[in-house]
Amino acid sequence: MSTEMQNEAEIFRGTTSGATSLRDRRSVQGTPKAGMPAFVLGEELARLAERDPRIVVGTADLASANRTNDFRAAHPERFFNFGIAEKNMITAAAGMAACGMIPYVATFASFASILGAEQIRTDCAYPRMPVRIIGTHSGMSMGFYGSSHHALEDLGMLRTVADLTVCCATDANHLRALLRASVDHPGAMYLRLGRGRDPEVYPEVPELEIGRAIRLREGHDLTLIATGSQVRAGLDAAAALATEGVSVRVVDMHTISPLDRQEVAAAARETGAILTLEEHNITGGLGSAVAEVLVDLPRCPFLRHGVPDRFVEVGPPAALYAAYRLDAAGITEIARDFLAGLR
Amino acid sequence: MIPDRANTSLAVLADRAKFIRKETVRLSRIAGAGHYSSTFSCAEILATLYYSQLRIEPGQPDWPDRDRFVMSKGHAAIGLYPVLADLGYFEPSALDTYTRLGSPFGDHPDMKKVRGIDFSSGSLGHGLSIGLGMALAGRTTGRDYRTYVMLGDGELAEGQIWEAAMAAAHFKLGHLCVLLDRNGLSIDGHTEDVMAIEPIHDRFAAFGWEVQRIDGHDLQALRTAFAALPDGTRGKPQVIICDTVKGRGVKLMEMSLDWHVGNLKGEDYDAVMAELDAGLSPLEDLDQ
Repeated sequence: MSTEMQNEAEIFRGTTSGATSLRDRRSVQGTPKAGMPAFVLGEELARLAERDPRIVVGTADLASANRTNDFRAAHPERFFNFGIAEKNMITAAAGMAACGMIPYVATFASFASILGAEQIRTDCAYPRMPVRIIGTHSGMSMGFYGSSHHALEDLGMLRTVADLTVCCATDANHLRALLRASVDHPGAMYLRLGRGRDPEVYPEVPELEIGRAIRLREGHDLTLIATGSQVRAGLDAAAALATEGVSVRVVDMHTISPLDRQEVAAAARETGAILTLEEHNITGGLGSAVAEVLVDLPRCPFLRHGVPDRFVEVGPPAALYAAYRLDAAGITEIARDFLAGLR
Repeated sequence: MIPDRANTSLAVLADRAKFIRKETVRLSRIAGAGHYSSTFSCAEILATLYYSQLRIEPGQPDWPDRDRFVMSKGHAAIGLYPVLADLGYFEPSALDTYTRLGSPFGDHPDMKKVRGIDFSSGSLGHGLSIGLGMALAGRTTGRDYRTYVMLGDGELAEGQIWEAAMAAAHFKLGHLCVLLDRNGLSIDGHTEDVMAIEPIHDRFAAFGWEVQRIDGHDLQALRTAFAALPDGTRGKPQVIICDTVKGRGVKLMEMSLDWHVGNLKGEDYDAVMAELDAGLSPLEDLDQ
């Protein structure tokens, strides 16, 4: 079995290697922590729960994939597996929240956001319940598992919901920061995660305020406003462009709703050009949210980059990112062409 | 009025059921439309629950140990608001704003605006999952409150109900109780014609629930059914199937498809109020 295929199997096992032999008898329940966990999600929640008895965690038959089983190991009495019933899980979390709990419920982003959209809106956001819906493996990070398992619409759908905070985790340390900030955040939240083995952006847990972007790199010719997986790719593109004498600012727009309008305005004013980067359908997501800010401001050259408005091909994730130019090389080309067109 | 709950007489319960129906008619006139028949079918259930069963303190609507009630068929909230006012959650005069611009009282209940509403509802099929979460929270926090969920029969076609029904049995939530208002009709017709839910007793039993089936307008039967609910928080979840008559209490509305939402005017209004004042008359043979 190739290395790449082993890594794809981890999506369901949550460890570095899926089963590769019929003689491999490790049960899902007993998956050893050998190897780096694909997610720090369960571990961080378990730590937070030690100090906060209100925290409970649920999943929909994906405790291994999203590593909420690390939470279960620490706090079994506060862990609930709802089986493959995402709608029930999200609404039940709202019921728990109405009785004083702070529930974190996790499943693949496609099911959390699209299957659970009405439950998020009606049962969590509308009554302002502190439910944290965690969508893992967002965007097209499920690769060849196909469009049923991709979530390229979740930001567009959920950022139109009133009183719902929508955030994207950038890497493991950023996820830790988001989770810590989420505990006492008012109202419902949707947290969009990648596949858990996201390239590092933050060597340490960053200072983070929900609703305030993080400026990661200064520049004066162009600003890349990126979210989730595209932050690392954007930073790498900015480094490549620097060798060509182009000075690029990079902003981690981790909160999609409410959007940090000041940071968008500052980018327009101070760098004079903006390129948004998102692993999401080009319609309705980060680029659209930034456009809504820019349309009220003096004209600033602006380009959105994301996934075209059609269902994507299947393929290993790295191949998809290259094909849709959501890697550093693709972004570098797009930024170069964009700036050339402005001269 | 907060009665001596355990000993509330059947006469008082009958009077409160009448009150629920009359208030429904009165408030509907303010709105210019109302869910008359869906509320009439559950008037005895609501009266028995609120005036003799629920462990509540209207002066402390957030009391953590209170019993919870989720009105999954949120369109019958028009019958619940007057009960909450009557019990002292808010001033009865507040109801005069019902559905008018800025009122806390909409057709479907908003827990953020109305004291005593334990959860907002309106989108059918969600309420049992809410109750499931409330019951799980009770167990997790070591509280022994009971969670009641009133379901309509039409909403049993929603798949989420059965996700929650499966989970309630799986988690052994013996302190979760469904009150099923089996009034026989949904908007487009008889449930058995629109989307059959029978054999509903067997279906709940097969999902691992303890099932009682009673006449939902018989106050003594309701009281006996509530009394039969087990103590303790771990066991089979409970369902009381209440066979009711949609529109019960107003002859021309009983089992009529025309009064799911309607608007009584003029002399019809007066006649209906007089009919309700006289109390329930025996059921005629309904064309089922």
